[in-house]
Order: sequence, then C-alpha cells, then structure tokens
Amino acid sequence: MNLARRTFVAGLLALPLASGCARRPEGTLEFWAMGAEAENLPALLATLPGIPRVQVQPLPWTAAHEKLLTSYAGNSLPDLGQVGNSWIAELAAIDAILPVPAALIPLTHGQFPAVVDTNRIGNRLMALPWYVDTRLQFYRRDLFARAGYAAPPPTWTEWKRALHKVKAVAGPGNYALLMPLNEYEHLTGIALSAGASLLNADGTRGAFAAPEFRRALAFYKSLYDERLAPVASSTQISNVWNEFSRGYFSVYPSGPWTIGDMKERLPRDLQRSWATAPFPGPRGTGSSTPGGSSLVVYKSARDPAAAWTLVARLLASSTQKELQSLTGDLPPTRSVWAATGLTADPITAAFATQLDHARALPKVPEWERIVTEMQNVAELVVRGRTTIDAGVREMDKRADRLLEKRRWMIEEGRGS
Amino acid sequence: MTWLTRNGLTLLAALVALVVLLPLGWMVSVSFMPPGSAGQFPPPLIPKAPTLANYATLFGTYGVGRYLLNSFLISCLATALALTFTVPAGYAFAKLRFTGRNAVFQALVGALVVPGQIGMLPLFLELKAMGLVNSYGGVLVPWLANIFGIFLVRQFCLSIPTEMIEAARVDGASEWMIFRRIVLPTLKPVLVTLALFVFLGSWNDFMWPLIILADQDLYTLPVALAALSREHVQDNELMMAGSVFTVLPVLVLFLILQRHYLDGLLAGSVKG
Amino acid sequence: MREVAVRAEARAGWAMTAPALAAIGLFFVVPAVASLGLSFTDFDIYALANLNNLRFIGLENYQRLLTNPLFWQAMRNTLWFVVLGVPLIVALSLSAALLVHAKTLRWKPLWRVALFAPFVTTLVATALVWNYLLHTRYGLINYALGWVGIPPVDWLGNPHTALPAILLFVAWKTFGYNMIIFLAALQAVNADLIDAARVDGAGAWIRFRHVTLPAIAPTMLLVAILTVAGMFQLFAEPYVMTQGGPAKSTVTVLYFMFEEGFKWWNLGSGAAVAFILFLCIFVTTLVQMQIARRSGAI
Repeated sequence: MNLARRTFVAGLLALPLASGCARRPEGTLEFWAMGAEAENLPALLATLPGIPRVQVQPLPWTAAHEKLLTSYAGNSLPDLGQVGNSWIAELAAIDAILPVPAALIPLTHGQFPAVVDTNRIGNRLMALPWYVDTRLQFYRRDLFARAGYAAPPPTWTEWKRALHKVKAVAGPGNYALLMPLNEYEHLTGIALSAGASLLNADGTRGAFAAPEFRRALAFYKSLYDERLAPVASSTQISNVWNEFSRGYFSVYPSGPWTIGDMKERLPRDLQRSWATAPFPGPRGTGSSTPGGSSLVVYKSARDPAAAWTLVARLLASSTQKELQSLTGDLPPTRSVWAATGLTADPITAAFATQLDHARALPKVPEWERIVTEMQNVAELVVRGRTTIDAGVREMDKRADRLLEKRRWMIEEGRGS
Repeated sequence: MTWLTRNGLTLLAALVALVVLLPLGWMVSVSFMPPGSAGQFPPPLIPKAPTLANYATLFGTYGVGRYLLNSFLISCLATALALTFTVPAGYAFAKLRFTGRNAVFQALVGALVVPGQIGMLPLFLELKAMGLVNSYGGVLVPWLANIFGIFLVRQFCLSIPTEMIEAARVDGASEWMIFRRIVLPTLKPVLVTLALFVFLGSWNDFMWPLIILADQDLYTLPVALAALSREHVQDNELMMAGSVFTVLPVLVLFLILQRHYLDGLLAGSVKG
Repeated sequence: MREVAVRAEARAGWAMTAPALAAIGLFFVVPAVASLGLSFTDFDIYALANLNNLRFIGLENYQRLLTNPLFWQAMRNTLWFVVLGVPLIVALSLSAALLVHAKTLRWKPLWRVALFAPFVTTLVATALVWNYLLHTRYGLINYALGWVGIPPVDWLGNPHTALPAILLFVAWKTFGYNMIIFLAALQAVNADLIDAARVDGAGAWIRFRHVTLPAIAPTMLLVAILTVAGMFQLFAEPYVMTQGGPAKSTVTVLYFMFEEGFKWWNLGSGAAVAFILFLCIFVTTLVQMQIARRSGAI
C-alpha cells in the first residue's frame, strides 16, 4: 500500500513537470510578436513560399518586456522575435541575442540611418529594423487655418505663438496640445530637438544638468504653465478621439499607429480636418526618437541559420510592402516608401521628414528605468513641487545611481 | 410585534445583500451587451439586445478555452497534492507522538505570520535552478507547503477519540492502516473544506502564476484576464464576459458546497 | 512490546509529516532565509546573465531604499490603506455579523452566503468590474451619486481619490471573510449574560457595549491583525486597476517590490523590500497584541 501511494504521488508530481516541457516540434521556428504585427503575421507568412513551419505567439505590448526577461530567466526564449528598439541594448547586455551575420548587413542599406544606429550596440549590429515609427504632431488643420496658419511653424517661439492663437480659436475650457504627464516620450523628443545628449559619452553618468536639457525642460514646463497643455496623465483622458474632435486639444503628438485610429474613430466630417507635421525645434525642424520594432534571433535558438533566413525573407522589399498593406506599418527601407505610395501621401511623408531628423537615444540597458525616473521628476517640476534647477540635479542623481553597476562593470572590463 | 419589527431586519438584510451583489449582477448583465453599448451615459443596467457575441469572441479569437483548461488542471492538481501532503501531516501532529512534535508545530504556527511574498524572488531563482520556471510544476509548488492546511486538519483531528486509535493499535494494526481505515473516513468534513479552500485559492491565485508563467499557453484565467485587460481596456463588454467566465466556476462550486466551507471556517476560527 | 509500539508510532509520525515539512522547508523556509541573504547583494539583470557579476554590498540596498522617494511613497500609501482600511473593514464586517446574527432575522443562511460571495470571486475579475463601476462618466457609482446631487468624481484619475476607491473595492471583497469570524465569536457569547442584562433593563446599545463587545474583544484583535496583514499585502488591485498611478498614489509596498524584482530585475533590492515588509507586519502585529494586553482585552 505504501508503494501504491508513493507511485501515485510520484505520478502526480511528474505530471506537472511533463506538461511544462517543450512542446515545439522539430523544425518549427517559434516567433514571438506583439500587437498588430502578431495579428497579421500568419497572413504575412502565408505569402512566403518555402519557409519552415512557424509558431507565432502574440504578446501584449504592455507585458512584453517583462515576459522577455522572465523567459530569459526561465530559459524559455523562442527562436526569433520582434522586439522594441529600446530593448535591444538590454538584450545585448545580457547576451540574449545573436549579432546580425555579415551576409544580412546589406539589408540595412537604404534604411533610415538613425534607426539602424539604434540597433548598433558596441559597433555590432544586433537587430534588423522591421518597421519604423517615430512621433510627430497630428494637428487640427481646420483650427490652425482659422488661427491663420497652414501648418504648425517649425521654430519653438513661432510654434508657441501659433498654439496660443489656436487655443483661442478652440474656445474657452480647451487647450492646444496634449502631453500626458506619465509619458516620457514628449520630454525626450523636446530634449533631442534641443540637442541634449541626456547621458554622458560612454553612458555612465547623467547629463541632465547640461544647458541643452535645462532649456528643453524649461520649454516643456512652459507649455503647461502657459496652459497650452492640460496637467493630466493619460488615465485621466477617458477618450482621446472624442476630445480631439471636440477641440479639447488641437495637437496630438503620436505615431503612425494613430493614422488608422484617426480614420476609424473620428467622425466622418472631421476626416479632412487633420494632418501631420514634424516637431518644431529651437531653430528649425526638431528631432524625435527613432522608434519601431526590429527582428532578433535569440541565442537559445535551436537553428539560428534557419531563423536568420526567415528574417531575411521577411525583410525583402516585397514582404515589407505586404506588411505595410496589412498593418499600415512604415517600412524601414526608403525605396519601399516610394513603391507603396507613402512618399506621395502628405500624411505619411511627414514621417519620413521626421525620421531624417531623428537622433538615437542613449543605448544603455538601464535607459528605460532612467527615462522613467526622468519623467517622475519632470512631473514634479511641472506640478510646481520642485524647481527646474533642483529637478535636473535630482534627475542626474537618480541616473547616476541607476548607472552605478554599469560603471563598475566597465571599470572591471566586463562590459561596454 | 408589528410587521416592521418582525421583518425590518430581514428587509435591511435584503437591501444590504442587493447592494453587495450589485457589482456581480452588473458584471453578468454587461457581458451580454453588444460591444460598445455599455460605455454610455446613463449606464445601462439591463442589456437591450442581449447577445452571446462577447463569449464567442473570447473563445474564438482569444482562445479562452485553453486558459480555462489550465486553471482547471492546475486547481485539481493543487487540491490533490495539497491533500496528499497536508492531511497525513495534520493527523500526525494531532495524534501521533514523536520527538520534537510540539516544537516543530510551534515553529509552523510562527511561520503563519510570515507573508508568503517574502520568499517570492529567491523561490523564483530556486525554481529556475530546478528547471520549473514556466511550467505547471512551478505554479503548484506553493500549494505543497500549505501551513494553514496542516493547521486546519490538526484542529479537526484533535477531536478524534484517542481510545479508538489505541484500541486499533492493541488489535495489531499498523499506524498507516489506522490512518487509512479508521481516521480518514471520519475526516470527510475537513477534507471537503480543505479541498474547497485549496481549489478556490489556486483558481484565484494571481501574483505567483503571473511571475512564474511566461508561455501564454500555460496562463491561468486570472493571468490571461489581466493580460487581455491591458490591451482591451476600452472593450467593457468583452472584459466583463471574461470576468464572468473566470468567476463562474468557483462561484458555482462555492454555492454547491458553501455549507461545508462556511462551517469549516467557523469551526476553524472558534478554536483558532 | 511497548517500546516497539512507541517507536513505530514515532516513525509513522515522522513519515507522515516528512513530505509536508520537506516542502515547507524547501519552498518556504529556504526562500525566506535566502531573501535576507539576497538583500545583501546587488543581484540584477547582469547577475542573472552571469553569476560572476554579483557583488556583496551589505546594507546598501536598504540605504538606497530608505533614500528612495518612491519607496516612501509606497510605504505612505500602504499605511493609508492600513489606517483607513482596518477600521472600515472591522466596522463593516462586525455590523454585517451583527445583522446576520440577529434573532429576528429570517433566512439567515441566504444572507450569509450572499454577503460572503464577493470573497470567493476572483480578484482580477472583480477588480475589472470595479474599474468600470468607478468610471468617471459611465460608471454606476457616479451615476448613483448624481441622484443625490454629487457631481461626478474622477475616482481612478485623481491622485486623492484613487486610494479610497481601491479601498472601497477591497472592503467589498473581504468583509465577508471577517464577518464569518465575527459570527463564530458572536455565537459563542454567553446568551445568559445578555439575557440577564436585558432583564436588568439595559438597552440594546448598552448590552452591546458592555456585554457583547468585551466578549468578542479577542476576535476583534484577531480580525484587526488579519486585516492589517492583508492591507500590507495589496498587489493585484493596483496592478489591475491603476498600475500604481495616478502620480504613484496607489503604489503599495508589494507593488513596489514586484516592480523592483520583476520589472527592473533588481532582485537584491526587491528582496530588501520583502524583508522590510515582513518586519512591518511583524512589528504591527506585536504592537497590536501589546495594546490589546494593556487594555485588558485579552
């Protein structure tokens, strides 16, 4: 009876172990993707003849980063996948991804330089851009026209003047611009336009106290102080589309994913009243962060060669065109823009202009944490709880603390 | 006594129960509303055009059936494992004499105060070393170390008359046979209570499965629901259908066996 | 013969407890102790990649936590939950227990089950329901408030109301459990004492204050201790409903620990938070027991 009981318990214990084992059949490639790309990937793959079987697992964007790291810890990363460009530095630092083989590097010719630069870590290309995006202004063309402007002006001073006029046209109780306080992309965009480097040259200390960033933070704060933007976080805006059509704000900084949303969620009579334009800068067109997703092959891939072959097939011009038509994503290769009519369409052409003015962010693994802290302090500055001087010093302090391990590793020769 | 004095409290209880159950009722109601119709002012209480579309989407597009299966399997396994581990232990602490019994039990009582989350991070690393991250096993591990279960079983076993056990010993029965043939049958009430407790607890568990499971295929319902909600925060009706789906099995189980559960809790808390 | 029997009994005792004790040792004690050890290191994503990147840093994690404003914000938020939540939940559950215990109440089992039901439901699922109930424009709660003339409140968007809103949800979810505990205690109160008081002419409130309340004082202490421990362990609610916002007003200590450990992969720092959490619960429990002892309740 003891034996029977022990076997029973052993069997019970074995069951959970068995069910967690690899369920990937031989010769299949496992591909993790997010958002709209994950939804359309099966259709996209169906247009490629002669590829091995691919198992697509979709991840929600808001949990994807955590998932990747947890899977890294649990040794359950897939063969290849889509990653946000800002994660590449981190994945490279923990040696989770393979460098791009020399044969595939020519695929980056004719792509936007800032985007390719983002994927270069320590002079090695670690990922291939899959689609690009960046942020720019979506604006109410009709309200700007009523204020006397065909488009938002490209310099900071002129732009603010225009925003004041547009706010007046929109009416009392409304603002001109929406920059939720919990999103760090707005301040980083302004900082890049001002020429700030955000961190020092080798990414070991913060450079938030530098004059360029101070100027950027002051400009950012002035937008709230002059009541051009509401002091609110994204959770407090219940429905962005309603508010945009009501005129609650006339400028909505966002990315290409919003094009589809605008077409779907705005009322029909407003469809000709919105347009896109690059951000302004202190002296002319401003910068923004080169974003998008790239394709990586993980170090734990069972057959890296097959994975890279699939990546090369996905990055062929014709497949880029197909992805563009399925998801509306902007292709990384310029020639495809012309082929898909993106250069001709003024709405999307503005993205190309902005991407040409893009600058890469610091490529350190701790960046996301640093920029989150930057925004935490920026929120305090905007809400008046601290001054700009104290704020930038606090940002540097927090950044230095977050980078302490990186400094130690570089000194010990373990990192780059 | 007037009618009011006789039934006043019952009316009050009915009112209180209505308010308390309103969120659950609304949850069910919205799950049957067509997509997009719940987000309006004034908020609708009853669907005007009830539909099963949300449930269809959940099963079809989002494969909720898979998560239901995971939750069910994991809860069943957790219950079976917890019972196997804690019932003999609870009986032993109550009725069997062995060196160090009281000291060890006191230590266990002390451990009840320690919050489970304190060891979460090292446990993750420990399971990573054992290869149990991202598997059913990883999710089940905390249910093997169920101190409260041992406590509950021991409380119950204390009331078993020792003479019965002694008599069996005199008759030459082994300790295991006594446990299986004589004690176990009398433990049915606490077994049901404990089984319910573990089943409910493991079904509803969120933080640990969130941490230990990376593969979407292995997600339990609460984890899948949280992931879905991050993407679909605008789709009230779909989310409510997901909530109904997650809550319904355990609520039904509870309603069927509520007598045992509540009686078990009552008994446990009186002596505790 | 006796010797053999005693040894057989002891052997069986160890055999029956061994699996559970082994599991508890391996999966509870070892991690808890390791947590302390981990908190003295700077285990992070680099160490996860290569154990050689691990450094022993003594109390530095604790120092950094104590100078981290977000950590103090998390502590403050959690303490608000405790200070507001414990009296609220104790009062609610005691009232519910008194109601369900009352002599003239009919269909007692029905009310017992109805009031307990929220406790059984899955937290994530009901947190989502409450998310929608608390919606500024389309939520039932603001709608009901509108009937009595109160303008809509941005419950989850306003840093001052987000915490009370979540607390309301937590109270709804957990009062049933404490109600059962109070019910058991009320049923054990000596009915003769109450009858004697009634015969002496004492009104309902006096009977409650001077007979019932002292009799259930130990239970109130138990419920208070359990609720405090529960408030310290709030995680799923802010995770699902507000992601710690707005303006970090709903970040609890456990939420902070989760982010340190599993979002930023500072496992060393996360372990330090876990240990501090343990100390907080331990100390507040001790303090509560001292107060109860001093005031003669137990």
